[in-house]
Amino acid sequence: MTDQAYNFAYLDEQTKRMIRRALLKALAIPGYQVPFASREMPMPYGWGTGGAQVTAACLTPDDRLKVIDQGADDTTNAVSIRRFFQRTAGVETTERTAEATVIQTRHRIPEQPLSEGQILVYQVPIPEPLRFLEPRETETRKMHELEEYGLMHVKLYEDIARHGEIATAYAYPVRVEGRYVMDPSPIPKFDNPKLAGNPAIQLFGAGREARIYAVPPYSDVVSLDFEDHPFVASKADHECDLCGSAGSYLDEVITDDRGTRMFVCSDTDFCASRQAQGHRGRLSPQGATP
Amino acid sequence: MTLMQNAITAAPLLSVQGLTKRYGARIGCMGVGFDLYPGEVLGIVGESGSGKSTLLSCLAGHQRPDEGRILFDGADVLAFSEAERRRLLRGDWAYVHQNPRDGLRMGVSAGGNVGERLMAVGARNYAAIRETATDWLGRVEIAADRIDDRPSAFSGGMQQRLQIARNLVTGPRLVFMDEPTGGLDVSVQARLLDLLGGLVRDLGLSVVIVTHDLAVVRLLADRLMVMKSGRVVECGLTDQVLDDPQHAYTQLLVSSVLQV
Repeated sequence: MTDQAYNFAYLDEQTKRMIRRALLKALAIPGYQVPFASREMPMPYGWGTGGAQVTAACLTPDDRLKVIDQGADDTTNAVSIRRFFQRTAGVETTERTAEATVIQTRHRIPEQPLSEGQILVYQVPIPEPLRFLEPRETETRKMHELEEYGLMHVKLYEDIARHGEIATAYAYPVRVEGRYVMDPSPIPKFDNPKLAGNPAIQLFGAGREARIYAVPPYSDVVSLDFEDHPFVASKADHECDLCGSAGSYLDEVITDDRGTRMFVCSDTDFCASRQAQGHRGRLSPQGATP
Repeated sequence: MTLMQNAITAAPLLSVQGLTKRYGARIGCMGVGFDLYPGEVLGIVGESGSGKSTLLSCLAGHQRPDEGRILFDGADVLAFSEAERRRLLRGDWAYVHQNPRDGLRMGVSAGGNVGERLMAVGARNYAAIRETATDWLGRVEIAADRIDDRPSAFSGGMQQRLQIARNLVTGPRLVFMDEPTGGLDVSVQARLLDLLGGLVRDLGLSVVIVTHDLAVVRLLADRLMVMKSGRVVECGLTDQVLDDPQHAYTQLLVSSVLQV
């Protein structure tokens, strides 16, 4: 059901070629932000225009696409981007992590470990990890060039001084292959360890800021920390109320106005497949364990 | 004794030759040259527009001079790459701005401000950074319980002292100061000068200090350079220049000081 009014995957071939060149450069220099001529997309900035352009440049007619937003396949953002590519590229889509060849994500890395040959595309709002400490673009570029990353630790220092621990919970800065400090997009720091040594290709697209960067497969990715305040991948200290998983990242859902709440996996595919295997949580229907 | 000391410290730490900076057809400073020896404090005085701030910013690498040479420890600073120059700026050199807001990160706590240079040169132990920061706050007479306050909550004098602590924490050998007491009231000025004098003596710092306040150089500087219209008109030992000024402009400068 490809819409014939558009070129395959919406963007014209010259634009995709330009983006692919930026992607190759990004893969060649892990963590380095490559400028590219970001296009207007038929969606507002902040909805994943950068990710959608990268996805468009990567898709082939044989690909199987999965789109997630905060781990979920069924939220507005995920549904509309998936439908966009169904219509303009006619590719197969799936909700199963293992079956997808290209996964566009906002704010999560899937729980199921990725494998070689898969591409994970992140939507990035602000690619520059130093931005809130140093507003000048000329200066942040110079700092990357000269590896002046002391300022990043000033931010972590401030966290500990104010909160007693590193309170940064998402968009936690990492250093890629011992060189560039990179913003992993607003994924929870629980997902940071999955960035390292991942067999999949990880691509990051920031549409409004017109930057692309990448982490090649099996790269060394280290979360910044202090010797006496090491990095901790934290999550809510609960089990999933639907599938009983103790090791997945959880969303807290408020269920009434009297403070009752439940914790569920943010990765809907992970949770659903566990339930299909018979795992049960505290609030599962019938409440019985198999 | 003096002769022996001179023999040991014979090599100047900073050597400047024929430094010239033009702003189009106008002269910023012209043919300035001097040697600064380890542990020495050099004062540069002159009225507004005499080129003293231009000279300081050329020395500290904020501007590039049109002509001349700057040798630090025998190495030509102007030939340094950007990376080497920046390493110098956060290691061996320090720069104290006239307005502490230019030299501090106003959104970062006092401890973070002092710790920034430490982290920039690779300190990664929170407890050690905090201990050093506390120690330095003590040295500049800021109470240890203000370590987590932001500089915006400090008075002008405290901000200036914090800026000094932030600059001296990595043990620089050469400090540039641009009117460090400007904008402070006289009693705060006196305390700050006292503190600076003590730090310079204890740490054996070499300092280039720019000011229009003759009292500041009288207290701090060993040697004095008087500038007018971008040129050095007189230089010598501070007391000699101030007590027996030779150049007409220096005489005017000295006699213009209000006596209370």
